[in-house]
Amino acid sequence: MNFYPEFEVVRNDSRCIRCRVCERQCANEVHWFDADGKVMLSDESKCVNCQRCVTLCPTRALKIVKSDCRLRENANYSDQTIKEIYRQAETGGVLLSSMGNPNPLPVYWDKILINASQVTNPPIDPLREPMETRVFLGKKPDHITRNPDGSLDTTLSPQLSLSMPVMFSAMSYGSISYNAHASLARAATELGICYNTGEGGLHEDFYKYGKNTIVQVASGRFGVHKDYLEAGAAIEIKMGQGAKPGIGGHLPGTKAVGDVAKTRMIPEGSDAISPAPHHDIYSIEDLRQLVYSLKEATEYRLPVIVKVAAVHNIAAIASGIARSGADIIAIDGFRGGTGAAPTRIRDNVGIPIELALAAVDQRLRDEGIRNNVSIICGGSVRSAADVVKAIALGADACYIATAACLAMGCHLCRSCHTGKCNWGIATQRPDLVKRLNPDIGSQRLVNLMTAWRHEIKELMGGMGINSIESLRGNRLMLRGVGLTEKELQILGISHAGE
Amino acid sequence: MSPLEGQVRIPSGCAVSAMISKDGRRMNGESIIESMIPMHDRSNGLGGGFAAYGIYPEYRDFYALHIFFNNRACQSECMTLLKEYFEIVQDEHIKVRKMPQITDEPIIRRVFVSPMQSVLRHLQIDDKELVVRIVNRINSQLDGSYVFSCGKNMGAFKAVGFPEDVGRYYRLEEYDAYCWTAHGRYPTNTPGWWGGAHPFCMLDYSIVHNGEISSYDANRRFIEMYGYKCTLQTDTEVITYIADYLLRRQGLNLEEMAAVIAAPFWSTIEGESEEKKKKLTYLRTVFPSLLVTGPFSIILGFEGGLMALNDRLKLRSMVVGEQDDMVYIASEEAAIRVMAPDIKHIWAPAGGEPVIVKVKEGAF
Repeated sequence: MNFYPEFEVVRNDSRCIRCRVCERQCANEVHWFDADGKVMLSDESKCVNCQRCVTLCPTRALKIVKSDCRLRENANYSDQTIKEIYRQAETGGVLLSSMGNPNPLPVYWDKILINASQVTNPPIDPLREPMETRVFLGKKPDHITRNPDGSLDTTLSPQLSLSMPVMFSAMSYGSISYNAHASLARAATELGICYNTGEGGLHEDFYKYGKNTIVQVASGRFGVHKDYLEAGAAIEIKMGQGAKPGIGGHLPGTKAVGDVAKTRMIPEGSDAISPAPHHDIYSIEDLRQLVYSLKEATEYRLPVIVKVAAVHNIAAIASGIARSGADIIAIDGFRGGTGAAPTRIRDNVGIPIELALAAVDQRLRDEGIRNNVSIICGGSVRSAADVVKAIALGADACYIATAACLAMGCHLCRSCHTGKCNWGIATQRPDLVKRLNPDIGSQRLVNLMTAWRHEIKELMGGMGINSIESLRGNRLMLRGVGLTEKELQILGISHAGE
Repeated sequence: MSPLEGQVRIPSGCAVSAMISKDGRRMNGESIIESMIPMHDRSNGLGGGFAAYGIYPEYRDFYALHIFFNNRACQSECMTLLKEYFEIVQDEHIKVRKMPQITDEPIIRRVFVSPMQSVLRHLQIDDKELVVRIVNRINSQLDGSYVFSCGKNMGAFKAVGFPEDVGRYYRLEEYDAYCWTAHGRYPTNTPGWWGGAHPFCMLDYSIVHNGEISSYDANRRFIEMYGYKCTLQTDTEVITYIADYLLRRQGLNLEEMAAVIAAPFWSTIEGESEEKKKKLTYLRTVFPSLLVTGPFSIILGFEGGLMALNDRLKLRSMVVGEQDDMVYIASEEAAIRVMAPDIKHIWAPAGGEPVIVKVKEGAF
């Protein structure tokens, strides 16, 4: 069934100079030059609205607009719903999507407001006073111990030291490009934070960034070997992902080429499909064994992170993980991004990270085991304000991935699964990959994090707080607007005006 | 009815003052009361109080519980509970001087108790832990009863009013202590509840505090994991629990505690010797949630000494004076000059730098 395309390419012919940059830049082959008529033409049905042509057109002759040719309006059966049914009737297939859930579900960050000091307590000016953002992630001992001479025994379980409470979340080499990984690794190193390999292994060129690398072990075990485990600053067991709780990752064979296949240790061109569960983990006691296997393999030098998707029973799950020997729990909310996920799962499974985070932090405190683990919060942390709210709700640090992709040039067209990313990020086509210059990519990531760090300091200073530790779990600094009693109760905050 | 203290969080400014004899000489409360007068404007009449150490030498082996009761029924309910866990050694009125400035007084009792050994064996805890648990239980669960002091050979005296009036009301000139601390409160709004006045005490720890900490909820939510209940929602209360947790339960010394609650900045730690750097990094890593930020000057009293500490940015005034065997601490120099008119040696400690004064061993 043919439809009028979702987007229209509007070309101002009086501005177009026929330079054909749009044609060269579009991996979707929307634009072409008609030599006879000496005009640029377009096949809008292929357009994903990634804005590459718009951005690079030297005369601003192009814009992409939403088509106004729609099916008859229906509040129940939206245009998209109907077209998805048509597509499935045609193909018999599962619908695929990329990036985070775009639907208008509640964004609790936007319904939470931050406090500031007035009169009874002075705000602190970060330009004039020290303002600390360093955090240590890992298990904290219940009791101090002393040496025979009475001095403190300062040995600790392994800790992950971060200059600020934000890290780049898992994106595998394969789902994103070599240059994207290079940008993330270099930026993390310069910033004193960490990036995360995702489940695709670690390219041999990037072992040198190991001190700022979290190596992931997922259910497919792609690219996992002893040197890999020992290369990083921490090991993450990926049990689940916010965008697709309950299923494993899927890298299409078209992306498993060259070094990607080699790094994953799979044959070139084969689909890399991770099983939904870890087949050695069918329950919590099995998780404990994997945690300790990884610790044994790395001689207890590295903290182990267990990453889970935010699902209904997340507080109890986190409590189990906190008793499993894990040093850090990463919780990924339902708006978290992905390189490819079944649409129905992405859009309907899981719960908002704000509620999951609040519930987990409170549960671990109720059980007196909050010190056993640190908590990383991910799944749509979009700004420094979101970071501050997450820390105040109880997170030790945040994971960002979509925001990091945006910094590298992503325009959130949500077409990663096609492998034709015009911005050189979610693609393995060499001609596209080279569009992302790691010098520029890493610099833009450093800029973004530097800006956020300034903003975090400004917000903290306003509250009269000069160290991130005093913000963590400090829910009195938050107020809700337009939330129900139940939502406020779960978030553990008061309503504005209270 | 407006919410009681504890049902609402009330920011307040304050005045603090303290005097201690390193020789363990016991002095009556006259001088400490006088010291609060020049700082009158730092309080607003909604709370004042004192802590005194060494005042019950003849009962030094027993826990001295100072308790407010709303009425006789509360009193008998509370005493019934106490009798399940303690031998009651003495149960008496705390003598007061009626005055127009202090009104709406509750029943104020002083009960000397001794934990029953059978109970301790049964619960497998020591006597201090029992006192903490029972006091927490009374204060959080028994409506109308409030234990505001529970140490040995020490006691707190507090009320709604200006501190100098509160001192006279409790006839503090009749008590002899080797260490006195005092507090005048300036809450921004208050239901005027006596229990909300300071000092705040737990066992022999007493805290008087000036400031409003910005880390309150981070500190509170951490400390509540360990069985403490912040029923008053005040900074002083949470700082007292932190002190009890770090000193008694974790076994840190005072310097180590100061390095947790007013931790040196990372940039300062970087410049320290290898050994000190290790220690300070360890303390900040292990107890990040007990860092206290925002303005504060606190005086922590304990058996045989006291410690004064400012927040690490020194956002509140606090001066220290020393003369012969005496050390004086106050929000303002004027208060010290009342206690010791000829004093020569007065200084302002740096932010985060603890001033620790200990009475000679055996002298208290």
